[in-house]
Amino acid sequence: MSTMDFETQGRGSTRLAGGLTAATLARALGDAFVKLDPRKLLGNPVILATELVAVLATISAAIAIGSGADGGFAVAIALWLWATVLFANFAESIAEGRGKAAADSLRATRTSTKAKLIVDEKQELIVPTPAHELGLGQIILVEAGDVIPVDGEIIEGVASVNEAAITGESAPVIRESGGDRSAVTGGTTVVSDWIKVRVTARPGSTFLDRMIAMVEGADRRKTPNEIALAVLLAGLTLIFLIAVVTLLAFAAYSGIALDPVVLGALFVCLIPTTIGGLLSAVGIAGMDRLLKVNVLATSGRAVEAAGDVDTLLLDKTGTITFGNRMATEVIASPGIREEVAFRAAVMTSLGDETPEGRSIIELARNKGISIEAPADSTIIPFSASTRLSGLDTDGKTWRKGAVDAILKLTGKKDSDAPAQFRQAVDRIARSGGTPLAIAEGNTLIGVIHLKDVVKPGVAARFADLRRMGLRTVMITGDNPVTAAAIAAEAGVDDFLAEATPEDKLRLIREEQGKGRLVAMCGDGANDAPALAQADVGVAMQTGAQAAREAGNMVDLDSDPTKVIEIVEVGKQMLITRGALTTFSIANDVAKYFAIIPALFVVVLPQLQMLNIMGLTSPESAILSAVIFNALIIVALIPLALRGVKYRAVGAGALLSRNLLIYGLGGLIAPFIGIKIIDVAITALGLA
Amino acid sequence: MNWQGWAEIALTLGLALALGWPLGIFMSRVWNKESTWLDPVLKPIERGFYAVAGIDPNKSQGWVGYGASLIAFNLFGFILLYAMLRLQGILPFNPQGFAGVSPDLAFNTAVSFVTNTNWQSYGGETTMSHFTQMVGLTTQNFVSAATGAAIAAALARAFAGNRETGIGNFWADLVRTTLYVLLPLAFVLAVALIGLGVVQNFAASVSATTLDGASQTISVAPTASQLAIKQLGINGGGIFNVNSAHPFENPNPLTNLMTAIAINTLGWAAFFAFGRSAFARKEIRALATAGILILGAGAGVIYVAEAQPAPALVAAGIENPVNMEGKETRFGLAGTAAWAAQTTGASNGSVNGMHDSLMPLGGGMSMLLMMLGEILPGGIGSGIAIMVVMAVLSVFVAGLMVGRTPEYLGKKIEAREIQFAMVALLVVPLSTLGLSALTVVWPGGLSSLFNPGAHGLSELLYAFTSATANNGSAFGGVSANVPWWNTTLGLAMLLGRFIPIVAVLAIAGSIVTKPKLAPSTGTLPTTGALFIGLLVGVIIILGALQYFPALALGPIVEHFQVLEAVAAN
Repeated sequence: MSTMDFETQGRGSTRLAGGLTAATLARALGDAFVKLDPRKLLGNPVILATELVAVLATISAAIAIGSGADGGFAVAIALWLWATVLFANFAESIAEGRGKAAADSLRATRTSTKAKLIVDEKQELIVPTPAHELGLGQIILVEAGDVIPVDGEIIEGVASVNEAAITGESAPVIRESGGDRSAVTGGTTVVSDWIKVRVTARPGSTFLDRMIAMVEGADRRKTPNEIALAVLLAGLTLIFLIAVVTLLAFAAYSGIALDPVVLGALFVCLIPTTIGGLLSAVGIAGMDRLLKVNVLATSGRAVEAAGDVDTLLLDKTGTITFGNRMATEVIASPGIREEVAFRAAVMTSLGDETPEGRSIIELARNKGISIEAPADSTIIPFSASTRLSGLDTDGKTWRKGAVDAILKLTGKKDSDAPAQFRQAVDRIARSGGTPLAIAEGNTLIGVIHLKDVVKPGVAARFADLRRMGLRTVMITGDNPVTAAAIAAEAGVDDFLAEATPEDKLRLIREEQGKGRLVAMCGDGANDAPALAQADVGVAMQTGAQAAREAGNMVDLDSDPTKVIEIVEVGKQMLITRGALTTFSIANDVAKYFAIIPALFVVVLPQLQMLNIMGLTSPESAILSAVIFNALIIVALIPLALRGVKYRAVGAGALLSRNLLIYGLGGLIAPFIGIKIIDVAITALGLA
Repeated sequence: MNWQGWAEIALTLGLALALGWPLGIFMSRVWNKESTWLDPVLKPIERGFYAVAGIDPNKSQGWVGYGASLIAFNLFGFILLYAMLRLQGILPFNPQGFAGVSPDLAFNTAVSFVTNTNWQSYGGETTMSHFTQMVGLTTQNFVSAATGAAIAAALARAFAGNRETGIGNFWADLVRTTLYVLLPLAFVLAVALIGLGVVQNFAASVSATTLDGASQTISVAPTASQLAIKQLGINGGGIFNVNSAHPFENPNPLTNLMTAIAINTLGWAAFFAFGRSAFARKEIRALATAGILILGAGAGVIYVAEAQPAPALVAAGIENPVNMEGKETRFGLAGTAAWAAQTTGASNGSVNGMHDSLMPLGGGMSMLLMMLGEILPGGIGSGIAIMVVMAVLSVFVAGLMVGRTPEYLGKKIEAREIQFAMVALLVVPLSTLGLSALTVVWPGGLSSLFNPGAHGLSELLYAFTSATANNGSAFGGVSANVPWWNTTLGLAMLLGRFIPIVAVLAIAGSIVTKPKLAPSTGTLPTTGALFIGLLVGVIIILGALQYFPALALGPIVEHFQVLEAVAAN
């Protein structure tokens, strides 16, 4: 796959989850027939039972025709029963099809070029070796223009790497040895420079391989909730089997000989074919929706757990705030004019290329103060020992830094500083900002207010989360005062200040001890233990290899706010399953009123009273119910794939809404649907 | 229908529920081994039991151990009672000289009393000696009720626990429930009933000559003592064949009211006890509300059905025909309707009127109340246990609709719970419908039915519904004391009792190991009108879906046939 493909689709688009095209539909239709193989239906007892009844109905119809009877009705029933099975298979195929298309494009990325294996580092002896023969721990050289053959860790060098094959983002990223940016992924391309990479994954089990397997759903296993639901559906199927089989005896008692085809039709109408047919499609579509937002989950279990999350740990930087502290004001010391203070602030920042430094110059420019660096100036970069940075020119020195560092520089004790200055520093600190003192020579000029700016819309998002029943906890390395101020502004429920990775891990364990499920995201190697401990750990694709392996999801966009969307997808998946189950069971009431009178009315004419829909004839009633039962699966495929819309309202409001739509709707809809079909087939003279 | 009738129904149902509240708090204290004001008298006796049996009552058992103790105890009780019935002829207190009963009747009866069903294929006063009634049957009336209560106690502990393994000690639950709850209450009620005219003696039958010169045998028995626990223990097996319709067993409206309340009150008490012991009072109050709503509606349907003029009498041109066939004049229409609902909603089964004579809808409703799973309030403990299973199933489907793995009372509901909930649910139609259908096709199976057509099918369905639900009431119209019926009904009682018990204990065993989760605003609310409505819907739709086809050929078609017959006249 070339980078061209990505440019047309852009970042965060539906790159991995292909749309519905005529080709995918055709492929899904073909697969629906392949899935008629009963061995493939073993995991789905409801549809398997439907297929068995379809086979019996077919045989029955054949016998009827063979014996010269009018088998038209039996044939119609048998055909619609087969259609029911096919529609269910089609739903699953169509859900799988989208993943398959994505997997195909990923597979094209896998390189077959030879790797440059370094056999002897001292002599720089390089042997071209096929990628699939590389072993763990071997060192390879990757140069500009090469595709990195397998996952590995850079041990030497720095290079810009195009990771579009994985992330869809075509702007290259810097990868270098040491630190959290040393991991490289097989299938990505080195754009400039060279790196030496130690192989950390065997060919066949690389990130790309796992990604293909996930997208394709090759090792898709049922999630715990899916298993529980399947048990419920199998149990209901058995209950209806008992109800229908024993009916044979009760009918015989009442002097009615029931047609086995009709009894089979009743059975299929009663068992929960709607949810049975759509269950796996819902699960696959859930994973698919995650892929659409460029998140790769290692298992469906993780997606489901996301719906259950109670506590969300969010790093302050990058998630809640922009991450870059920005200058918002400059407060002059007593006796210093404001303009002088601004000029000094700019002088200290002329050589400062950090976002903070640039924000100071930007702030001054907005005030109409613009200064070019004098030609003979020396830039003094920030040093950890002095904790100062600034500029020397023309015998003058300008410095900025932490308040205590500047005071030390100017030879003042804390108590010597002017009261106005101290008040300003206190106010800034209390509001959660960072005070940065400025000095010219030994003169204390003033203080710059650096502020962590909370992203717009974040507070509203957290309010939504609270209504969903999620608690948000902000994690920050800031001191408690700063943390509290930002927490209040962003509207998080709690915060953890001066947090170390150990604190994070302890917090997760505490929350879990209270019976809560915890989600977090992280990218550093030191986040790995916490990511592994969390119930939902979202690692950033740009992050350290250790983090990516510890988490159970990887965000290809490396956007920490994504965890909120992940929670919503998890909830949506569960809601869709519940809604379809409720709908399916509620449908049975109407089907009884269609079929029961039809079964018995010839011998017991009084039961015509139960034919409240006024269906034309017993045959048309039964056929209408069977047709409705089959068509409803097709009608609900879009809902299964799209998912029921999730609204961030309380559980009570959500339940009453969904009960109204899918419970009451499920009760009423089939009465209308069956009646319409009955009118139609009567008009067409089919029954 | 009149307002007095509605008031009587409301009063009877309401008093039973209201009395269940304080009794439930007391029952919960007994389960939790908290102190009670009966301790000074009963504690030494309780300790004596444990000492003799060598039991440590504080040793909490896992669900397998608890279940094994329960099964072993019930098996022992069955063998003892079976032997007693077979050997009745040589045992004492047998003034009428009744012989030992046949093997199939002994099997059926022993199963019936051990399972708290108290189905009687026999007429009590003409079959059983005083010894059998008092030592054999009455003992089981106590311990079978306590067995049911034990399940609820165990399940409540499971929901209260946080990552534990034990669900309590079966022997302690059995002894304490019997000793502290059932015995004192039964004693008080028996004395009160004797005071109100219920017979209590050990004499042989009395012979009398009627006014027109015929000779009549009048049976007497130690009635009050058995009657009290028959109602309180939600058992239902009467000394007399016609049960609580008999003037010696239920002489006047006051005894009728007292015993009617007794039918339901400990069932409700077990609800409230569960709520207190599981730290879920509000949630269980919601379950009780759902239960009383359905029971009240059921009683209302029966009353409406019965209060219409008797169709046959209308057809015969009789003026102002009151539908009193099979009813006692001293209880009236409402008294019979309330009792019919209470006895079938709880798994009691005693009757104060003949259900065979109810109108098709009235009889069909009492059948449906049993088919809903004996949860209104059902037997002591067994009712709330199955009600919790229904709540678990409701929460499972509805809980998904709020986007979380469903949880109930702070415990996650997962595959294992659903699996056993389905087992508990599935066995009921399997036994009820399966054995009914088998009887239809079995050669000679139908020869015990008195009536043909739809009414005969109702008689058949009712018998197996009653046995499986461990209710024990008879529609009548079946001569059940034949080997086929004794055996299959016995089987139905065993299936309907012990498979749900094991399933409930398995659920308890799984639930108890799970962490207790704190609720959040994202948790499905399990109190309040919405949940109650949902639960009522699930109970009714699930029950109706299972039995609608069979009911359509029984009471439903009979109802339309009656309407048609009336219209034709």
